[in-house]
Amino acid sequence: MKLKLNHESYKQIIGPLAAFLLILLFNYLFTPGFFDLEIKDGQLFGSIVDIFNRGAPVMIIALGMTLVYATGGIDLSVGSVMAISGAVAAFMIRPGYISGVLEYGTLPPVWQVILIPLIVAAIAGLWNGVLVTYLKIQPIIATLILMVAGRGIAQLITKGNIIIFRHENFEVLGSGNFLGLPVPVVMVIVIALLMHFLTRKTALGLFIEAVGSNPTASYFIGINSRRIKLLVYVFCGICAGFAGLIITADIKGADANNCGLWFELDAIAAVIIGGTVWGGRYTLAGTLLGALIIQSITTTILSRGIAPEQILVYKAIVVLSVTLIQSGNMRKMIVQLFNSKKKRVSSIANSGVVK
Amino acid sequence: MNLRLLQFKSLKSYIPLFSTIAVFFAIYAMGAVLYGLNFISLRVFLNLFLDNAFVGVIAVGMTFVIISGGIDLSVASVVAFVCILAAKLMEVYNMNPFIVMIISLGFGAVLGTTMGSIIYFFKVPDFLVTLVGMFLCRGLAYMVDVRSIPIRNETFVNLNTIAIRFPGGARLPLVAIVFIVVWFMGIYLAHFTRFGRNIYAVGGDEKSANLMGIPVARTKILVYTMSSTFAALGGLLYANYTLSGYAAAVLGLELDAIAAVVIGGTLLTGGVGFVEGTMIGVLILGLIQTLISFQGTLSSWWTKIIIGLLIFWFILLQRFLSRTPKK
Repeated sequence: MKLKLNHESYKQIIGPLAAFLLILLFNYLFTPGFFDLEIKDGQLFGSIVDIFNRGAPVMIIALGMTLVYATGGIDLSVGSVMAISGAVAAFMIRPGYISGVLEYGTLPPVWQVILIPLIVAAIAGLWNGVLVTYLKIQPIIATLILMVAGRGIAQLITKGNIIIFRHENFEVLGSGNFLGLPVPVVMVIVIALLMHFLTRKTALGLFIEAVGSNPTASYFIGINSRRIKLLVYVFCGICAGFAGLIITADIKGADANNCGLWFELDAIAAVIIGGTVWGGRYTLAGTLLGALIIQSITTTILSRGIAPEQILVYKAIVVLSVTLIQSGNMRKMIVQLFNSKKKRVSSIANSGVVK
Repeated sequence: MNLRLLQFKSLKSYIPLFSTIAVFFAIYAMGAVLYGLNFISLRVFLNLFLDNAFVGVIAVGMTFVIISGGIDLSVASVVAFVCILAAKLMEVYNMNPFIVMIISLGFGAVLGTTMGSIIYFFKVPDFLVTLVGMFLCRGLAYMVDVRSIPIRNETFVNLNTIAIRFPGGARLPLVAIVFIVVWFMGIYLAHFTRFGRNIYAVGGDEKSANLMGIPVARTKILVYTMSSTFAALGGLLYANYTLSGYAAAVLGLELDAIAAVVIGGTLLTGGVGFVEGTMIGVLILGLIQTLISFQGTLSSWWTKIIIGLLIFWFILLQRFLSRTPKK
């Protein structure tokens, strides 16, 4: 049984893996200098590293979104939660900035600057989860509330300003490096491994898939679907908060208007491209690949000098083709098309034989 | 007995609509108490229709989509694309504004039909397909032009001068008139046509609608056609209202439209809803903005927080109401 499950998830990621390799192959052939790597100040640089580094926030959010998506939900509020956590972190470092005081005061220790925004993000996730599980509001609408109001809350914290700050230890989160790798990439690896062990090495992952694919059956086998869903939304909130911290630390400023704008779409697209089924099976590796595909499209366009505003169109085309390929009806139609041709051919052949 | 139960139920489904109207008057009264006669002047009231015309037209289409049990996230991007396309065609290619209008509405219809067909025939979740539509239109808008294009085409600008004038200097310009016409069209469509009843039936229960011989496929696809066409119309109204085209315009408008629909008392599960309520929802959103601009010191982010709270309140109300009648 276990072997079969592993086999399944291996098969699931072949599609996205092939797509990612195709994009890399394209760049290998047509984009000069795409695979150049160099080491500056003990850190790797190059387009490939850039894909991983810039893609890290989307990867982290998409990992959280994967679980939500697998339970048959969706979280539109991740972009706003990112903005909130970034705003909280910046406010903690420089509380006087919004009222015009430029002095820092005593810098809070870095663990506080990370932990407290994450707690706020977890509360945001809890709010979403309670709306979905206890008030039984459709996920898309429940999280829409926080998507609208959350950005307002973030602006309330920063009073509409962009809080810029310096905090060396906190900045490491966005632009530091660890063993030559950028810290965001290390964070993605840590979170992915953590999720892998928590959900794939225990029954939790199966519970999540069961709640998503058949709520009634999972109720009868005794799964507390409310608790599972609540957990999943809280986790997604924390992931969003973490991504917000990475971006805030990277640009050394909290911009409540633009931090995390459009991220919910990128994350959802990554999950779908990765092959996770809405209310059903999920693959963490697929999601990571999905996020990498999205980011590599962006990086390819940027490094080839194509106007960056076309990125959205290409993303749309990729997401649409992947969803169509995954749609069961589409496959059925193609199969029917081929079958009917075969039948026609064989019937013609038969009629020929009869004659 | 069954009949009585039915009547009771339908009366109950009106409660969100009544509470929406109550909220509208409450906010209006609040404005009157705080800012006196200036706030309740005819000019401020008519400006509500002008400033929210494009939101209102889109919200009508969105209401039908939500009643049919779907959702359309692409509307804001369609508005942005249509207004930049119209500006580009009129200013750079000197095209006749009326041909531009036909092209724009045609684009909306084709896009909506395509999205609806993909949703229905390939059974891809609606929010996914319309999300792709959102990406696509926003990207296309940026491809038309990244800069904002001012519209100076005389015929198009002069459309602004058509207006119903009232004593005291208040006027109802064409944009607002279109909004009100679309509103009444929506009401007529919802309550007095077969297509309208089909939408309610499909949203209430797709399987039984199918068994009753209602053309589910046609209804579901046409709903998206309508929504995108209204969004394109909204784009034209927006272009006429701002006299410019800008690809990054109206970010997040789809949420305002959905918010208006929810506040208007339409059930998000489909099958129940009122175009009338949606319009009052639009006016409530407009009133909140007017109030905040009258107040002067409150910042724009309060709009978002208050809208979020209002959506929350109305969803809670709906939950509370729809829980009891179940069996």
